[in-house]
Amino acid sequence: MIEFLKRGLLTTVQDIGRYGYQRMGINVAGAMDELALALANILVGNAPETEALEATVLGPTLKFHQANIFAISGADFGARLNGQPIELNRAYLAQAGSILELPVAKRGARAYIAFSGGLAADCLMESKSTYMKGVIGGIHGRAALDGDTLAFCAPRCSLPNLPYRFLGEDYGIHYCAHPVIRVLLGPQDDYFSAKGIETFLNSEYTVSKENDRMGYRLTGPAIEAAEGCDGNIISDGISFGAIQVPTDQPIIMMADHQTTGGYAKIAHVIAVDLPLVAQLKTGDTMRFRAVGVEEAQDLYLQRYQMLCETARHLNEDKISRKTENQVRINGQSFHVLVAELK
Amino acid sequence: MKALAEDRKVRFLNASDRTICVEFGNEISEEINNRVRAFCIVLEEMQIEGIVELIPTYRSVSVLYRPEVIRYAALRARLEEAVSNTGSIEIPPPSVVHVPVLYGGEEFGPDMKFVAEKNGLSEDEVIAIHSAPEYLIYMLGFTPGYCYLGGMDERIATPRLKTPRVRIPAGSVAIAGLQTGIYSVESPGGWQIIGRTPWKLYDAHREPPIPYEAGQRLKFYPIDQAEYDRIYAEWHAEEGGGEA
Repeated sequence: MIEFLKRGLLTTVQDIGRYGYQRMGINVAGAMDELALALANILVGNAPETEALEATVLGPTLKFHQANIFAISGADFGARLNGQPIELNRAYLAQAGSILELPVAKRGARAYIAFSGGLAADCLMESKSTYMKGVIGGIHGRAALDGDTLAFCAPRCSLPNLPYRFLGEDYGIHYCAHPVIRVLLGPQDDYFSAKGIETFLNSEYTVSKENDRMGYRLTGPAIEAAEGCDGNIISDGISFGAIQVPTDQPIIMMADHQTTGGYAKIAHVIAVDLPLVAQLKTGDTMRFRAVGVEEAQDLYLQRYQMLCETARHLNEDKISRKTENQVRINGQSFHVLVAELK
Repeated sequence: MKALAEDRKVRFLNASDRTICVEFGNEISEEINNRVRAFCIVLEEMQIEGIVELIPTYRSVSVLYRPEVIRYAALRARLEEAVSNTGSIEIPPPSVVHVPVLYGGEEFGPDMKFVAEKNGLSEDEVIAIHSAPEYLIYMLGFTPGYCYLGGMDERIATPRLKTPRVRIPAGSVAIAGLQTGIYSVESPGGWQIIGRTPWKLYDAHREPPIPYEAGQRLKFYPIDQAEYDRIYAEWHAEEGGGEA
């Protein structure tokens, strides 16, 4: 069991999301940063889509009432275990009585704390994700409060290669405060003028104060609508990463987006770049670059395979020693990882 | 009933790299929504591996999928096949959901008087007109169980409130312009409230969580207070007994 000594700004239980009920108007919710959720889970030997705690900007302080293995991925909160600084993307064994603190996000906005075997949170419609508006999932459908407790489902004190379950910061992604976000134009890009599309793809947009799990309202150069269009469409489905333009400023729809809406969508953030958006804070900026669906899916598959291989590699019960080195060959620098087999 | 096979107007649009939006037109009409429903039925029968879920709306279906199982080009080909199949299969007529409503009264239908006066009708006439049609449920969305109904009689059309109410109880049956609907969960809103259903429209602990679906027909029928209380007790029996 863990206990929330301090709840943090907004700490919720999230898994990959509650799919299958959007046709009833029930939101997906789920982790904002799907990659960080997957990495934290893989490090502790869980399936990548398992539930974890999502910490937001000001993190929680947790007490372990029972030993378990945990890992933190995503934003760097300057985490400490019993007062000692700990690393991102590394599995740790916390003994009973341990205190885990995530003071404040120094880089990025959201961290994921995964616990080996998962958390015994409310599960509804096959998901433990907290859907705050529908008041379901996680901790009774709400953010954690001081004094809340959550039981572990199947805590573990050992895992294969425990000392080597480490991936390094920024594994598979480079988080930054001013990223270039790749998008797929459409489906209503024809509701904007050629000039409007050009503005959208060649300007810098800033994350306004109105940014939360539902969406990020951006500010920047006005995006011109096509003649006769006012930004409204006949309501249709909304996807994670949809970029709506209700007036002339874009809004990126995030994990808690409503299922349907009536604003024209100029583009969608591609799946592999959604984690970059999920880690942005008020005042951060981004630029957009258009890619095609084939390229977006090549990148998606590369990431998917990377996650599968990482999990296999970490769980391979044969590694006795692992070393990492930088080597230079013909003037090029390579990162070399050596795993010795038993 | 046969769905029209006119597929030249169908568009396959990328609504993210994990969603294809199949668009059957750009207007609100029963004919187009009928094609949406037929397409969903065909697609479900095809059981295409890699499809996560379908979101039917007024005139389109969002198809969410896993690119690691099926990629864009392959899925698009299957969806085109599904579109051409919608013309050749028999679609069962939509079932009708009968929803009980306690009309009028200060507590449950505070705007009934206004709706009647505005349209030069008696309250009983408003009830008779409102509960006569089998409304088409075009889609669900926005909030859990919120349904977009079509087909309201213009004789009871009433503009929205000038100042929206902060809290409208779940189950409230309301009118705004030419639209009618039910507030499935408590929310703010500016529609004219003419009654309330005792049904618990959204119950996350029930399977299915919503007692109706897009493509069905919905018909209201008037009930009295005693009937309301009885049905309310039936539908809210497990109140507070949420699972941990």
